[in-house]
Amino acid sequence: MKVLVPVKRVIDYNVKVRVKADGTGVDLANVKMSMNPFDEIAIEEAVRLREAGVATEVVAVSCGLMACQETLRTAMAIGADRAILVESDADLQPLAVAKLLKALVEKEAPQLVILGKQAIDDDANQTGQMLAALLGWPQATFASKVVIADGKATVTREVDGGLETLALTLPVVVTTDLRLNEPRYATLPNIMKAKKKPLDTVKPADLGVDVAPRLTTLKVVEPGKRQAGVKVADVAELLAKLKNEAKVI
Amino acid sequence: MAILVIAEHDNASLKAATLNAVTAASKIGGEIHVLVAGANCGPAAQAAAQVQGIAKVRVADAAPYADQTAENLAALIVANAAGYSHILFAATTTGKNTAPRVAALLDVAQISDIIAVESPDTFVRPIYAGNALATVKSADAVKVITVRTTGFDAAGQGGSAATEAVAAGADLGIAKLVNREMTKSERPELGAAKVIVSGGRGLGSGENYHSLLEPLADKLGAALGASRAAVDAGFVPNDYQVGQTGKIVAPQLYLAIGISGAIQHLAGMKDSKVIVAINKDPDAPIFQVADYGLVGDLFQLVPELTAAL
Repeated sequence: MKVLVPVKRVIDYNVKVRVKADGTGVDLANVKMSMNPFDEIAIEEAVRLREAGVATEVVAVSCGLMACQETLRTAMAIGADRAILVESDADLQPLAVAKLLKALVEKEAPQLVILGKQAIDDDANQTGQMLAALLGWPQATFASKVVIADGKATVTREVDGGLETLALTLPVVVTTDLRLNEPRYATLPNIMKAKKKPLDTVKPADLGVDVAPRLTTLKVVEPGKRQAGVKVADVAELLAKLKNEAKVI
Repeated sequence: MAILVIAEHDNASLKAATLNAVTAASKIGGEIHVLVAGANCGPAAQAAAQVQGIAKVRVADAAPYADQTAENLAALIVANAAGYSHILFAATTTGKNTAPRVAALLDVAQISDIIAVESPDTFVRPIYAGNALATVKSADAVKVITVRTTGFDAAGQGGSAATEAVAAGADLGIAKLVNREMTKSERPELGAAKVIVSGGRGLGSGENYHSLLEPLADKLGAALGASRAAVDAGFVPNDYQVGQTGKIVAPQLYLAIGISGAIQHLAGMKDSKVIVAINKDPDAPIFQVADYGLVGDLFQLVPELTAAL
């Protein structure tokens, strides 16, 4: 069974995001970029499936700038066997990415596509579900446990109020939540090995996909800052403030 | 121009998040219809008909919708999408699961987690864990939207909408619910609570979390929440998590206890009306957003606070 793992290059989760003064976006110049943390979990899960003998090959895919090659090398250092970059400098929105991935799925014929539930830059939480819809496949989003056996995926999902478990017919799209696994650190020998693994590059036009954006960002602003309040000396003062000043109890 | 709001419900009752989505719909303007898709979902449909501002409740009452699986639900919504300029979902795990599927089948973009409506095609949504707000304009004929519930007030009661049955589709049979383990609690739901008592790694253990925070939450009639650190450490189940990737909450009062205040946590609670932080580290980032900060040992301060209430 082949597994396809889409990964996204995003601003590192430790970086404090700064909105550009002209309101056109956030400042990405000289900012550390990394793999979207949820996608790292997806790669780890795919590699574990291969190590367990369930999967035979793990293919990492990224859509975006040439620089996404770095992200793909990271995916291969974790354990992906090979990688495909869909190279484009367009503003790729989730629907366009889902269409690109659909075209690749039709070429590669994986039984499982596993990816992060959301990217920490646009926080959209759409691509996996859109891909499943376009393919007519079932989906299991926000996964905290994935078991593949007998042509079926049994996936436990984190939902509001608890957990639910779905049984799905393969092929299937799974999106990862934080507690699915803890990704390994890529070791130096594996980073070196990853440099030699195959990385193919294609263009959206090669896949016959129109990636024109549907949403236009008119402006990006910083949210209203919450002012730091006061420190209170003790519980009595806190209660007095909550009762008389804030009037919330 | 009409707007379709997809009801969030458990067949027996309507979930509060639906009311926030209805308010977002009313800001867009136009006739509002609500779709209740479920099995034996009459009570939920009845409740939807009583929400203010609704012109019509459309009900698909059939087995394929019993468990709200995205595959069947999305197919039903798409089959009934004609005539709607907007399709709105609450940005809950159910809404987030289904909405992108609907959008892709309609070949339109989805606008996630809106917190304000600027015009019928322009919306404000947080990006980068709420560290930036983007105003986005959609060029699509149909706008598929998820609504961040904390961005809109709940719609009131007192409506009397007509209900009409919608023909059910076939069960696609590709996804089946096998088990659901819901956390049982007498407390208010985290997303709808007026007061939230939230605990972090500073509590040290699950035992401490329960023995210290539960009595306090009982006194305040509060829901219980947690930081990701507390969930990862196994103090409480995952559905307690407040933050960028957990629940986004905005109660009247949020008590952050033993929570340092990572950006990802702040993203989930910084719109609360009043924030109280109790932490032993005076430099903890949580104090930069707290209205009232109490520096000290939570093991002493929390019982003191509980006793004083």
